[in-house]
Amino acid sequence: MTTTTLAVLVPLLPFLGAVAGLLLGRTAPGFVRPLAVLPTLASLVLAAVVAVRQGGGQAVTAATELTPTGSVPIELALDVDGFAALVALLVTVVATCVQVYSTGYLREDPRYPSYAALVSLFTSAMLLVVYSGDLMVLLVGWEIMGICSYFLVGHYWETPEARAASIKAFLVTKIGDVPFLIGLFALATDAGSFRITKILGAVASGGLDHPTVIALLLLAGVAGKSAQFPLHTWLPDAMAGPTPVSALIHAATMVAAGVYFVARLLPVFEASQAAMVVLAVMAAVTMVGSGLAALAQDDIKRVLAYSTIGQLGYMTGALSVADRGAAVFHLLSHGAFKALLFLAAGVIIHAAGTNSLAAMSRMGHLRDRVPDAFWTMTVALLALAAIPPFSGFFSKESVLGAAEHVATGHTEHAPGAAGWTVLIAGVVTALLTAAYATRLWLLAFHGRGTEAPDHGRQPLTMTVVLWVLAVPSLAVGGFAYRVLPDWFDGDDLAPTLTTSVLGTGVALIGGIVTYAAWRHTTSLAMGVPLGAVAAHPEGDAGQVEAEAIASHTPVYGGVAYAPDPADPGRLLLGPLHRHAAVGFHLDSAYRTLFVRPVQGGAALVRFLDREVVDTYVRGAGALPRWLGIAVRRAQTGNVQTYVSALLAGTVVLAVAAVLVATGA
Amino acid sequence: MHLAYPAVLSVLLFCTGLYGVLARRNAILVLMSVELMLNAVNLNLVAFDVWLSRAAEDTLHSGQALTLFTITIAAAEIGIGLAIVLAVHRNRGTSDIDRLRDTAEGHDPDHDSPAAGQAEKAEATA
Repeated sequence: MTTTTLAVLVPLLPFLGAVAGLLLGRTAPGFVRPLAVLPTLASLVLAAVVAVRQGGGQAVTAATELTPTGSVPIELALDVDGFAALVALLVTVVATCVQVYSTGYLREDPRYPSYAALVSLFTSAMLLVVYSGDLMVLLVGWEIMGICSYFLVGHYWETPEARAASIKAFLVTKIGDVPFLIGLFALATDAGSFRITKILGAVASGGLDHPTVIALLLLAGVAGKSAQFPLHTWLPDAMAGPTPVSALIHAATMVAAGVYFVARLLPVFEASQAAMVVLAVMAAVTMVGSGLAALAQDDIKRVLAYSTIGQLGYMTGALSVADRGAAVFHLLSHGAFKALLFLAAGVIIHAAGTNSLAAMSRMGHLRDRVPDAFWTMTVALLALAAIPPFSGFFSKESVLGAAEHVATGHTEHAPGAAGWTVLIAGVVTALLTAAYATRLWLLAFHGRGTEAPDHGRQPLTMTVVLWVLAVPSLAVGGFAYRVLPDWFDGDDLAPTLTTSVLGTGVALIGGIVTYAAWRHTTSLAMGVPLGAVAAHPEGDAGQVEAEAIASHTPVYGGVAYAPDPADPGRLLLGPLHRHAAVGFHLDSAYRTLFVRPVQGGAALVRFLDREVVDTYVRGAGALPRWLGIAVRRAQTGNVQTYVSALLAGTVVLAVAAVLVATGA
Repeated sequence: MHLAYPAVLSVLLFCTGLYGVLARRNAILVLMSVELMLNAVNLNLVAFDVWLSRAAEDTLHSGQALTLFTITIAAAEIGIGLAIVLAVHRNRGTSDIDRLRDTAEGHDPDHDSPAAGQAEKAEATA
């Protein structure tokens, strides 16, 4: 088969798997698990074959016109370059791991068939985004991901948190998608085509009339999808979904779509200096803010969610200094270790029966209960904190190196201000990242107190996947930085000495300071007992997690918050802790700015409709109603009365007829 | 025989029937009154047919033919009517038309009016 055919099959197989899974879910439950895992696995193999054949050389392109529109045609186009091939490989690897993991994680869930089908559909949509060479087709995949994330985040729809989170995720990303759509139209009108290759050609020849407007409109959609400030608020709340969904959507694929989109269309953004500076500021605010917020979260998955936002900030930072190689490199390594972190967190939540770090820190020997999760999570946290030689170190240093490159005067592609912003924010974030990674590790695995409950070994499907993902987290970065430039633009991705020493140094400082704070505060833990565990610890992991999420607010007084004086984050952040725990009040600010006015407007419309419009309608109906009431009184139910009335009427009519006939 | 005799008889019959339909409370008597009215009409039809055919050369006797139709239909009608009355009586225990007021405005079929039950008792004791 040709590479084109294989590349078409890659998004098609999970889609067919999803359709078959939805159709057969009730009638043939035995087929659901194979239908969930096998198409994704097959598309993993095919994506690998496509990547090998593509080999970083000439992009594989193919196109056929989908529909004539009268102006700019929409084409079913395929455009597989080095970026697309590698990102597709990442997506399929993570999706396969998530599907395998889900068979164990949700093994008793009655809604597993629809869940697995939606995950397949989601994977297929992401692959469509990755491989598509036409922006309209890309938008189709982009929006399918939005609706799938709505359904998957709301998987535990029995809990109010999940319902609210799914609606919030959908609405916030849609707020970004409206300007995104307008931006796409503006871009296509300027460039005369929706094809990415033609648009890039038009940009190269200076054919864009309004690059700043287009870039800023597109950035809104990217900020929504990739959870960048100020549209990031949906991502921490989306942790109310099942853990494998968090791993798939909120670590490796959906949020990666925004970064990947900018990476593909980077020349469009480069055409506008203002857009690059906006991107850099957005990335810097996102990075530092999310680092501080992650340090204050109590829910283990929310820590990881804020860390995802921060790492995505690194990627947009790399894009704002016009180095898409570094951005996609970090995307790949982050996809691997963040998926691992989420999946390991799922195992820990299952074993501990709670998602609260405060409760875990009062539990002894938790790491002996889940040795696989302990070791793999240690690897992934080291990668997250960018400690050499883990893969996160190389990718993060390539970002910092690119920022330094621009900051030191190589400003032909990006403004120097962007370079400095990203460099400073990146170094500060490296410190914060190491601090919250250390805090997470110490609180989860070095708790002291009553024995952690023992539910036997975790299912094999859940632990094997962790080790599979640990390999790229541990080893890929070291040789990838030498190989990847051949696949990307050819820019050097090797870590530079200054940023490496600086980045690793602040990371070590962050880790050591957090350790010292933890030693200082851990003695307080005994004094304040905390913790509630799930009511059904013997249930499958999905049920335990749903109960843990549902019980967090009643037990600790907030989704993100626990009144735990033994938390090292509380000591490190000082007075900031209170604000960081609630995401710097951004949610309440949005509530005041947007939700309240909308609700006020709705109340006004309701008043006008009920009290003003309805009054006229009711008034018009009053006269017939009164007439009806009068006539109804004749309705006595006595047939003889009716007949008497009939007779009287007949007599009157007859007399009248006679009088008329006789002319009287 | 002069036409006035059967005509006056038929008017008397019809008025008796009409009174019975309007004033009788027993459904069977109402049906009987309907029969009286029908027969008054039949009498009219026959009388006028004879009176008119006297002048004509040849006639179809359509009045008498129509009478046969009326008799047939009346037989069918009384059959159905009696069956309905029987069914109502079995169902409700009464064939009193004044009590069969289910079609009245504001009638609630769920709790069959306790007021009507009390009225029944009052009537029985009176």
